[in-house]
Amino acid sequence: MAFTEKTRGIYSEILTGLKDAGLFKQERYIHSSQAADIEVEFPTGAPLKKVINICANNYLGMSSHPEVVKAAHEGLDSHGYGMSSVRFICGTQDIHRTLEQMVTKFLGTEDTILFPSCMDANAGVFEAVLTKDDVMISDRLVHASIIDGIRLCSAMHDTFKHSDMEHLEEKLQLHNDKRLKYVITDGVFSMDGDTAKLDKMVELCEKYDALLFVDDSHSSGFIGKTGRGTHEQYGVMGKIDIITTTFGKGLGGASGGCVSGRKEIVEMCRQKARPYLFSNTIAPPVVAGVIKVLEILSASTDRRDKLESNTAFWRKGLIDAGLIIKAGDTPIVPVMLFNAKLAQDVSRDLYEEGIYAIGFFFPVVPQGQARIRTQISAGHELHHLEKALEAFRKVGKKYDILGKSKQEIIERYGM
Amino acid sequence: MDNMHEIIKAYVIKEYVEDDTELTYDSPLISGGIVDSFSMVSLKRFLENKYNISIPDDKATPEAFDSVNKICKLVSEYVK
Repeated sequence: MAFTEKTRGIYSEILTGLKDAGLFKQERYIHSSQAADIEVEFPTGAPLKKVINICANNYLGMSSHPEVVKAAHEGLDSHGYGMSSVRFICGTQDIHRTLEQMVTKFLGTEDTILFPSCMDANAGVFEAVLTKDDVMISDRLVHASIIDGIRLCSAMHDTFKHSDMEHLEEKLQLHNDKRLKYVITDGVFSMDGDTAKLDKMVELCEKYDALLFVDDSHSSGFIGKTGRGTHEQYGVMGKIDIITTTFGKGLGGASGGCVSGRKEIVEMCRQKARPYLFSNTIAPPVVAGVIKVLEILSASTDRRDKLESNTAFWRKGLIDAGLIIKAGDTPIVPVMLFNAKLAQDVSRDLYEEGIYAIGFFFPVVPQGQARIRTQISAGHELHHLEKALEAFRKVGKKYDILGKSKQEIIERYGM
Repeated sequence: MDNMHEIIKAYVIKEYVEDDTELTYDSPLISGGIVDSFSMVSLKRFLENKYNISIPDDKATPEAFDSVNKICKLVSEYVK
């Protein structure tokens, strides 16, 4: 047997190292469906606790929306549980193509291809459309899945400082001799909640004959006046060459993702993208659920409007309480605590108060930028947010961080 | 120290250092986490353009790029 005691020891040592460094991730078991109010078993074996969830990507409250659940049931009945195939052998149903067409219309692009997840879309797209004659120039804070996709691609890769348009322009000049130049960014950055300056990026791409890639996973469904994403917010719909996004956040919360954009690029993915070619099609009930989500969001902006007002209420409430948050207007609202242990202590105490929010610290965010990342949902009612604010005030008072500057918090708790 | 050392050090600081980390000619750039391996490419291209040289890919290793001193040594091999 190859898995000897020595092998076991090697892995045990690594895992112990993660625990000692405070980097060991532990799952918390949720016994209810995903919603503003959830029932959690934590630690394992503990009695169930009813808490308010303010750390889900359930931005539009679609994860358990009754119409979406009903549509998924109907999809299950009409199209079955799974397809037991990749798309191009015998895994494409009418509803897969319907969903691709609906996403194309919703995002205002030319064509769309579904992937099992946006992680897969990002992992597969670059290798499918770029060669060693090309260059990828990415923002330094893009999501891990994009970094993985870049690693899998033979094109040259360079980076620009986060949201620094002068630096991006320097890089476009530096690499101007390349056959194809792709500028790569998140639409909304998941850790800070800020948005990419897409209007400026489109200008630069036009000036230097470059293409623009945007991962809009934390935007689709709610950013922009009708929720189409960051390209709508910045007035550049139709000018983004590739948009990747997920159906696992605002657009339903189950799973699946896509590449949407220029039709030739989408076709290249259909021919060459390995996660598309070598993994199963999205399950029919999920497809049916996302179709319903897009129908709901296309018919009315009520949910994104509610999310917008909830977000404004939440941001103002935290600022009024004397907490430091990252500026912006997206529903990702990081409460800055700077010190990793403080972030973990505050998260634990919030949980005691019935609020489920997680601390993030190095290496997920830079050293000295530990935080509680809160995420607001259209599924939250004002009483949820008021209770959560009350908990933040109580816990903040306990740790004496209300009204304190970054410097004062660091002096007391360290980086 | 000569001009090349200062030019390369200034480029590294401008390009990669986002806090007040002090840099010497011997500071470990790649192994010290100042320059990530992704970003080495722009450093290589900068050197090639600046000194009108071509550094073969197999010579542009993380080890060869790990300090200003090492980079200068590498570049000097190709400058005519």
